[in-house]
Amino acid sequence: MIIKKGVAASIGIAIGKAYIIKEDNILIKQKAIPKEKIKAEVKRFKDALDKTKKDLDKLKNKILIVLGKQHAKLIDVHHLILKDPLITKEVINLIVVQGINAEFALSKVLDKTGADFEKIQDEFFYERKHDLFDVGKKIILNLVRKEVITLDKLKEDVIVVAHNLYPSDTLHIRESHKVLGFCMDLGNKTSHTAIFAQSIGIPAVVGLSDISHQINTGDNLIIDGEQGVVIISPTEEVIKKYREEKERLYEEESYFQRLKGIPTVTRDGHKVTLMVNIDSSDNIKDLKDLKSDGVGLFRTESLYINRKTPPDVKEQKAVYLSVAKAVNKKTVIIRTADIGGDKVTDLGIKGVKDEENPFMGLRGIRLFIKYPDMLRTQLKAIYMSNTENNIKIMIPMVSSLNEIQFVKEICSVVKNELANEGFILENVPELGIMVETPAAALTVDSFLNEIDFVSIGTNDLVQYVLAVDRMNPYVSNLYDPYHPAVLRLINVVIQAAHKKGKHVSACGEMASDPLAMCILMGLGVDSLSVPMKMYLRVKHKICSSSFEKISSMAQSLLGMGKSEEVKEAVSEAMK
Amino acid sequence: MIKRNIKVRNSLGIHARPAGMIANTASGFECDIKIIKDSLEINAKSIMGIMMLAAGQGSEIALITNGKDEKEASEAINSLFETGFDEE
Repeated sequence: MIIKKGVAASIGIAIGKAYIIKEDNILIKQKAIPKEKIKAEVKRFKDALDKTKKDLDKLKNKILIVLGKQHAKLIDVHHLILKDPLITKEVINLIVVQGINAEFALSKVLDKTGADFEKIQDEFFYERKHDLFDVGKKIILNLVRKEVITLDKLKEDVIVVAHNLYPSDTLHIRESHKVLGFCMDLGNKTSHTAIFAQSIGIPAVVGLSDISHQINTGDNLIIDGEQGVVIISPTEEVIKKYREEKERLYEEESYFQRLKGIPTVTRDGHKVTLMVNIDSSDNIKDLKDLKSDGVGLFRTESLYINRKTPPDVKEQKAVYLSVAKAVNKKTVIIRTADIGGDKVTDLGIKGVKDEENPFMGLRGIRLFIKYPDMLRTQLKAIYMSNTENNIKIMIPMVSSLNEIQFVKEICSVVKNELANEGFILENVPELGIMVETPAAALTVDSFLNEIDFVSIGTNDLVQYVLAVDRMNPYVSNLYDPYHPAVLRLINVVIQAAHKKGKHVSACGEMASDPLAMCILMGLGVDSLSVPMKMYLRVKHKICSSSFEKISSMAQSLLGMGKSEEVKEAVSEAMK
Repeated sequence: MIKRNIKVRNSLGIHARPAGMIANTASGFECDIKIIKDSLEINAKSIMGIMMLAAGQGSEIALITNGKDEKEASEAINSLFETGFDEE
């Protein structure tokens, strides 16, 4: 039995057999490419070659430093293989003539060449085929990185173990209905996959550094998403203990069910507005069932991913309307798509590729300002969906006032367009921003003249304030929502907004963390928005806390120098 | 079209580095360049093709160039074999 400590990314306990996803274990399927798409397919292949070339250059530099010049020569051979007509001509020829996808064409050429090498008697030359396959694998990885692995083929329930899961993998986890939980080497509590796990309610532990190399498919595994622990090959006793714990959690969950529909009030009578974060692929029925105070964050990115063209007004409208009608006239805050560079290229729009630092790159409103048609289409769909007069619009990744003024101009364009089309716009949705850059937080008072509300997106705000990439395992331990700098900045936002009589909500990890949530409430946030699966748990926590205690403690936290002190003080006040 | 017979003289034969040198040199010419050994014919611009020949020391190959700069190409590749691929 081995116990590994990681980061608890999504609550719950899973007990089952491991299923390892190896990055190099890729299933390549033949796909027919229609005639008009052949050119794009060839380009995709050439792009993968370019990317591989860059990867090789990077590798060569590394080898030069670590192993020396002699070894770096091997990379020169790989460079030549990459330029080999077998790859540059034959593969492209296959794509064009047979109308097949690049991965399949490449694997055909590799297989054939590999078979030719098998015939060679001389061992030295025979071994050279590995160089070819090595290069071939690198190209394929660059081609399929965002494509299907094998999750949709699962026959029995498993716990997925991976080095890293990509957004497309998580999509297949949802569709397979066979994944009890997952754990991976990379990631932390706020990485995409963790948020995903929380939203579908499967336990997950991430940031385990090398677990994918320590487990084999079929090994017994326990994922403890409460403590952030993974147990490899547990003993019978441990399994028994976890079964009981799972049972207890289940009972607790059924107790939480009884909290549905009753108001969220602290034990000293303070009413809290508790909303949910949803995704366009979430189940509307679950949303209805929850009887929440509305949707504080409606993420619309998934409408844009895994497709070739952006969704049109009609498609978007149908999605927004279904959500707006599911919440019994409560507020729905729709965030315009917070997509970044790589997803744009998927959409067939010329975008930025290989940004050095995508978190500081072309994402959120920055991207929509570059492609105002996408913004106009989304705003129009939202405007047309506001028949219940409960929709608000939230703009992500805002850092300057010009950006919000640009959005408002597009809003007027949309209004004119609707008027010309004879659409009677009865209710203009309120406009707000997601405060997630330090720039927006520090100057929020000037934004407030232009907008109706703000919502603090804590995940990115923490990341930008502390200059910590939460995906980077070397520094992710520095990602700290309790850092006094974060708390002071949040306080600045709340004070400024309240001075102008505007509403402040908070979404992101902090809003559902039992301690951080109290700080937000204590500092005066007007509403909290949490993942659906966390909703009742958070509600329970609020109902059993004292608002008076929390709010009298909160301001004193701002003067503290260390996050450890902050945590201690909050834990004390929660007793 | 120019055809010339060449004997592989360097001690290691056409292993990865010489194969790379041939492919690199051949790629600099416009004409078609083929190398034949026994019954196997390959494109000399392809490093994998050349390695597939498994041409060890003493083996005999035929170099065929065909096209606009066939003469220069034939000379350039032959001289690689002549100088033993700068092997030390």
